[in-house]
Amino acid sequence: MICRTLTTMDNRIKHEIALSHETIQPAWIRITHWINALAVILMVMSGWQVYDASPIFPVLRFPSAVTLGGWLGGALLWHFAIMWVLVANFIVYLGLNLASGRLRRKLLPISFKALATDLVAALRGTLGHEDLTHYNAVQKFAYLIVIVDIVLVILSGLAVWKSVQLPLLRTLMGGYDNARVVHFIAMSVLVAFFVVHVIMVAVVPRSLLLMIRGRQP
Amino acid sequence: MTFRRRAERFDTFFSAHAESIVKDARNELKDPARRLLGKQVLTLGGIAMLTGCDLSDDKSVNTALRRISVFNDSAQALLFNPNEMAPTYPESMITRPFPFNAFYGIDDAPEVEAATYRLQVGGLANGKRAWTLDELRAMPQESQITRHICIEGWSAIGRWGGVRFSNFLKHSGADITAKYVSLHCADNYWTSIDMPTALHAQTLLTLTYDGQVLPTKYGFPMKLRMPTKLGYKNPKHIVAIAVTNEYPGGYWENQGYNWFGGS
Repeated sequence: MICRTLTTMDNRIKHEIALSHETIQPAWIRITHWINALAVILMVMSGWQVYDASPIFPVLRFPSAVTLGGWLGGALLWHFAIMWVLVANFIVYLGLNLASGRLRRKLLPISFKALATDLVAALRGTLGHEDLTHYNAVQKFAYLIVIVDIVLVILSGLAVWKSVQLPLLRTLMGGYDNARVVHFIAMSVLVAFFVVHVIMVAVVPRSLLLMIRGRQP
Repeated sequence: MTFRRRAERFDTFFSAHAESIVKDARNELKDPARRLLGKQVLTLGGIAMLTGCDLSDDKSVNTALRRISVFNDSAQALLFNPNEMAPTYPESMITRPFPFNAFYGIDDAPEVEAATYRLQVGGLANGKRAWTLDELRAMPQESQITRHICIEGWSAIGRWGGVRFSNFLKHSGADITAKYVSLHCADNYWTSIDMPTALHAQTLLTLTYDGQVLPTKYGFPMKLRMPTKLGYKNPKHIVAIAVTNEYPGGYWENQGYNWFGGS
């Protein structure tokens, strides 16, 4: 009896060791994650420079310290170069996520109740991050939001860039001028996610290591 | 406060995992290809950490960006549908006053003498070489209320009237299999466009604005209006047009604006 219990415990420990060394973030996730991070930073910084040429909100201008390109022409060269990286990388990321079933496995299902419970816990600082293999409901929601938001940022960007050639997108975005506003809002959501994401990484530094190495030490 | 309780201390965290991390890193570095990749990733990160100004001043970075811009010209040419019309608007939606825009102030807009004015046609064309304003006014006229979109982001709706450019090119005996049409202006501005856009049904050699003779501020005696292209591709005060197969560039394009400039 005791012997049997010990064997079970032994197995469990072995299982846990194996678990802790298994790959949580596969290479394709890590590569697309970091390419996306770099592309988003460059797109946002050059986009802010473009915005400054004709601000949608006269009171809001971005200081040159946080913009990229030096002037409108330079910023547009960056914006229209990195857009290919952002879009191609996002297609690979989303394609592999859907094909492998990872998106469904990691981010779904998500219930309103779990979201509410976890959100309250997160705000009270009692939401644990001991197990990095599973996302809590707030994380799931945030990651789903940012995926949808990147789709929106790309589509509204296309509507601004090619409002004549893409009439369907132009109509969906409510016309050329409105497409700029949608693009701005989608950017704001992306930046807000970025800020919270980076704060959470600072709070749980193991997650940074995980996104670099793919597994826990 | 609650965050602090939950937060892990970096030093204790890294010391606990240091051995395993070093082991991992050593394994990675054994392979020369991995080493090179690591170096390149670090360099890319390094570039990204620099401020925008430093990055844009870098010559090789600029060359690469310009090359991608040329690639984007091809992408836009591919995307350009000659049968896709830019949206038109009711008169009530015209932006009043329509903004003046140039690389100089409104007082410096060039005054062109109507009586002595001749529009010159050069390059690959074997028809009429010099046009007076009256000759252009005698041709069939069209008008459009379309949206002018500036590269800066703002837009304004205006009404322009004049000669369909494809018709003008036909009467000038232009070789429409040529690649480019270049446009030179009285204010020393110049730009150039692709032939498919030149032949687009909404590309107008405009002589009027909102029913009146085109005023100086909007480009007297004529402006080439293309609702399928951004504002800087729509030149004013045009004095010479040339059909060519050699890339003519443009005032802003040579400084970094995308050449195709499609909308």
